[in-house]
Amino acid sequence: MKPRFVRLAETGRKSVRICVDGVEFDALEGDTVSVAILGNRSHLRTTEFGPERRAGFCMMGACQDCWVWTVDGSRLRACTTTVIAGMNISTKQPEVQWANIA
Amino acid sequence: MKPMNADVLIVGGGIMGTAAAFFLRRRGRSAILLERGLVGQQASAVNFGAVRRLGRFLPQLPLATRSREIWAKLPELIGHDSEFLASGLMRVCYREEEADIFESYGTDAAHYGLALDMYRGQAMRAKFPFLGPEVLAAQYSATCGHANPRLAAPAFSRAAAREGAQIVENTDIVRVEKDGDSFRATSADGRSFRAPNLLITAGAWAGQLSAQFGEPVPINGQGPQMGVTEPMPYGIVPVINVGSDKLEEIIYFRQVKRGNIVFGGGRRSTAYLDERRAKVEPENTLTQFQRLRRLAPALARLNLIRVWSGVEGYLSDELPVIGTSRKVSGLFYAFGFCGHGFQLGPGVGDAMAEWIDTGSTSTPLQPFDIGRFLS
Amino acid sequence: MGQHRVIVVGAGPAGVRCAQMLVQRGMRAILVDENRRDGGQIFRRQPDSFGRSYGKLYGTEAPQARDMHDTFAKMRDSIDYLPETLVWNIAGKRLHLACEGRAFTRDFDALVLCTGATDRVMPVKGWERAGTYSIGAAQIALKAQACSIGASVVFLGSGPLLYLASSQYVEAGANVVAVLDTSAFSRRVRALPKLLARFDLVRKGAGLVSFLKRAGVKVETGVEPVEILGTDDAGVSGVRYRDAGGEVRELACEAVAIGQHLRPETQLADLAGCRFAFDTATRQWLPECDELGRSSVKDVYLAGDGVRVLGADCAEVAGQLAAAAVLGDLGYPIDAQGLGLLKQKRTRFERFASGIAEAFPWPAEQITRVSDDTVVCRCEEIRAGELRRVVRDEGAREINRAKAFSRVGMGRCQGRYCAHAAAEVIAGCANVPVEQVGRQRSQAPVKPLGIATRQEDA
Repeated sequence: MKPRFVRLAETGRKSVRICVDGVEFDALEGDTVSVAILGNRSHLRTTEFGPERRAGFCMMGACQDCWVWTVDGSRLRACTTTVIAGMNISTKQPEVQWANIA
Repeated sequence: MKPMNADVLIVGGGIMGTAAAFFLRRRGRSAILLERGLVGQQASAVNFGAVRRLGRFLPQLPLATRSREIWAKLPELIGHDSEFLASGLMRVCYREEEADIFESYGTDAAHYGLALDMYRGQAMRAKFPFLGPEVLAAQYSATCGHANPRLAAPAFSRAAAREGAQIVENTDIVRVEKDGDSFRATSADGRSFRAPNLLITAGAWAGQLSAQFGEPVPINGQGPQMGVTEPMPYGIVPVINVGSDKLEEIIYFRQVKRGNIVFGGGRRSTAYLDERRAKVEPENTLTQFQRLRRLAPALARLNLIRVWSGVEGYLSDELPVIGTSRKVSGLFYAFGFCGHGFQLGPGVGDAMAEWIDTGSTSTPLQPFDIGRFLS
Repeated sequence: MGQHRVIVVGAGPAGVRCAQMLVQRGMRAILVDENRRDGGQIFRRQPDSFGRSYGKLYGTEAPQARDMHDTFAKMRDSIDYLPETLVWNIAGKRLHLACEGRAFTRDFDALVLCTGATDRVMPVKGWERAGTYSIGAAQIALKAQACSIGASVVFLGSGPLLYLASSQYVEAGANVVAVLDTSAFSRRVRALPKLLARFDLVRKGAGLVSFLKRAGVKVETGVEPVEILGTDDAGVSGVRYRDAGGEVRELACEAVAIGQHLRPETQLADLAGCRFAFDTATRQWLPECDELGRSSVKDVYLAGDGVRVLGADCAEVAGQLAAAAVLGDLGYPIDAQGLGLLKQKRTRFERFASGIAEAFPWPAEQITRVSDDTVVCRCEEIRAGELRRVVRDEGAREINRAKAFSRVGMGRCQGRYCAHAAAEVIAGCANVPVEQVGRQRSQAPVKPLGIATRQEDA
C-alpha cells in the first residue's frame, strides 16, 4: 500500500517501531501517530457510515476524524498523539464483541 | 381577528398533544394543536428514549400496554417508525434486596400481561457479557425497547396534519378560559382559538394552565442529565438500566443502531420554566462516567461527545396527571410524566382521543386523576 | 491587592501576550492549553527531535515566532501552565478541565478565552475520502512534521492561507499542482483600499502569487469546485472544477487542501453564556465583545481569533487589550496612552480584516448549489440531499431543528466543519436569509471526553 504523506525533511531521526494491522514498520521519533501511519500507508481508518476510508482532515485535534483503535481496545486521536515504540493500531473497527468482558 | 374553531383545542405540542391530535382526527374530530415553540422540543425531545413497560408503577401497565401496541404499528399508522426497536430492556442490581424487589415485581407484572425473565450468575453473564462484575441480577423484558425521542412527536404532528389537524406553532397561549359552552385560548399576539373541549398537554407548564381553572397542582420542572458517545460497532442490543432506591446509583444507557450510546440517570438539575431550559451539571456527567464504568466496564474506552438537558415536568408524587377536570366540564389533562412519559405517548394520545370522543376510555386511569391534589 | 485568580485559555499569540501583561503586573495567571507546547497554530512548534531553523519553519514570521516563544519561556515560571489540558466545560465561575484522564476544576475571578480558530470549509463532493485535508492541516503537516499531505497537491479554496500554505509547500520542495481560488480576482481589486491598511501584507501576498507562478504552479481565481475525484479505497485522484470562464476542467493529484479562511472556536464562549451576534460581512455568528474584549458575561473576556478572525498580529494586541480590561476591572491602574495605541492598531487590523472578507468571501452561493450527493456532515456522513429533505418535508428551517432531524452536526466534531455550510444549504433550500437559520448551539464537552476520565480528589 502506497504511503500517503511524503517526508520532505527531518528524516534523520531515530526509528520507532510500531505495528499497524499486524504489519510492523518503523516510524520516526517525534511523528504523530497520523504521520507515523500515513508515512507508511494510505489511510487511518474505515468509516462507520460509508464505504470510504479516512486519513484525517484537520491535523490539529479539531475535526475528530482521526480516532483510531489500538489492538488492546483503547482509542487514541492520531494527530495529537506522539508515536511511541510498541504501539499496536488497528485501522478497522473492532468486532461487535468490543464490549464483552467475559 | 376571527377565532379559529374546532372540536378540540390541545395546548402543548409534545408527544402527548401531537399523538392526541392524530387520534382525534382518526375519530373524525377536528383539532387545533397550539404550541409555543416547535412541536416536540421539550421533554419529548430530551428524554432517554426508552420504550419501557418494565419497572412501571403497576397500575400504569394497562396504559403502557395499549401504547406498546401502537409503537409496533407506527409505520402503518403515521408513516414513520421513529427508529423504534423492540430491542429488549433490562434492569440490573448490585444487591440482593433489589433482586428480591425485581422478583416480586415480576410476579405482579405477570398479572398485567407483562412477561419478565430473571437472570443471575453464569446465565446472566452468558446472555449479557458486557455487564460489570458487581452486577448481581438482571430482570429482562423482551418486548421493551427504545426509539428516537427527537423524531417521534414531530412525526405524529406531521401525520396529524396530513389527517387534517391544524398544527399551530410559535404560538404562546397566555390565557385559557371557559366562556359559556366553549373554551377560548388566547395567544400573546392576540389570536384566539375556540372549542367545546380543551386538552392540556403542556408538560411542566401545565400547572400554570390548570391553575387558571382552579386546579393548581404541585408540579415543577427538572432537567434530565443526558449524554451520548461517539458511534461504536453495534453490539449491545438491550436497553440497560440500574434499579436502585439510591438516586445516585441510577444510570441507564442504550446503544442505537448507528452505534452511539445514549445515557442518563441520577440527580436532575433545576429547570428554568421561563427560559424553557435546564443545564447538565458537569459534576453529574463525571459521576455518570463512574456509574457507566461500574455497569459496563468496556464503556470506559469510549468518548462522550455531547450532553444535553431539557425541561421535564414532575408532580410531587412522581405520577402524571391524566384525566378529566374535577371542576370544568369538557376540560382534559395529560401532563407531568416525571421523565417516564415517552413510551406512554401514543397510548395517552389514543386514550384521550377516545375519552374526548366517546365520554370514557377503556383503559383504567383513575390513579392519575387530578382530583388527588384537591385538598 | 489580594491574589486574584485569572485564567487564560489558549497559549497562542493572544493568550501569551495576555498572560505576559498580567505577569508584568504581578499576577500569577493560570495558562491552559490543549497542546503539548506553546505557540498556538501559527507559531506551532516542531517536536524536540526536529532540527529545522526558525527561518525554515516560519519564513518571514520567524522573528515574531522567536519573540513569542521567548516571551513564553521567560514567563514560564511566573505562571501556572497547564499544557495538554482540555477545558471541557464551564459553569458559573468554575472551569472544568481534563488532562490525561483526570478531571479537575479551577475557579476564576476573571477568565480570558483565547481559543483561536480552525479552517472554515465548504463541502465538495467526494471530500470525505482519504486525501482531502484542510489548508491548515496541510500547513501543520509541513510545519510540525516536515511532511507534505501527498505526492501532488491541489490547494482549493480562498483566503490568505491558500496562498501562504501553497507557497510554503513549494519552498519546501513539495509538488504543488495548482492553487485554485474560489474568489474572483476583481474582488481583490475592489477590496484594495481596505487591504492597504496593511500594505506590508498586500505586498507579501502579491509576492506569494508571483512566487507560485514563477515556480510553474497553475494559479486560478474565480473557480467553482465540482468534485474531488477518487475511489473509496485509494482516496483522492484529482479535482474537477469550473474555471472562471465556466469551462469544466480536471487536474490529477493525490491530495487536496481545502479551506475558506478561518472560523473562530467559540464553544467555550457559548458555554459561558456569552451573547452572539450575526456578522453580515462574514456570514457567521460571533460572540459580542467591547473594544477591550469584555464579553456580555461579567468577568469573561475574549481575545484573538477565537472571537473574530483578525490575524495573529491583532491577536497579540487583543491579548493585551483583554489583559488591560481584566486589570482595570480588578482595580489595577492602567496606562491609558498605551491602551490608546493598541486600540489604534486594532482598528487598522479590523479594516484589513474586512478587506480580506471582501476579497476572499465565504462562497455562500456556491455552497447552496452543492449537489444532493455532496456530504455536508463528514462525521455522520449526511449528504446535502438529506439536509434539504428535512427542510422541505419536515419543516426544519432552523439549524438546531435541522440537526435534530438530519443528524448534521451531531458527530464527533460537533459542527466545527459543517455547521456554517449547513446553514447556507438550509437557507438556500428554505429561501430565507442565512441569519434566520440561526447558529448551532454549543454543548459540552468542548471536545470528546473519555468515559474513563476520573474526578481528581479534592
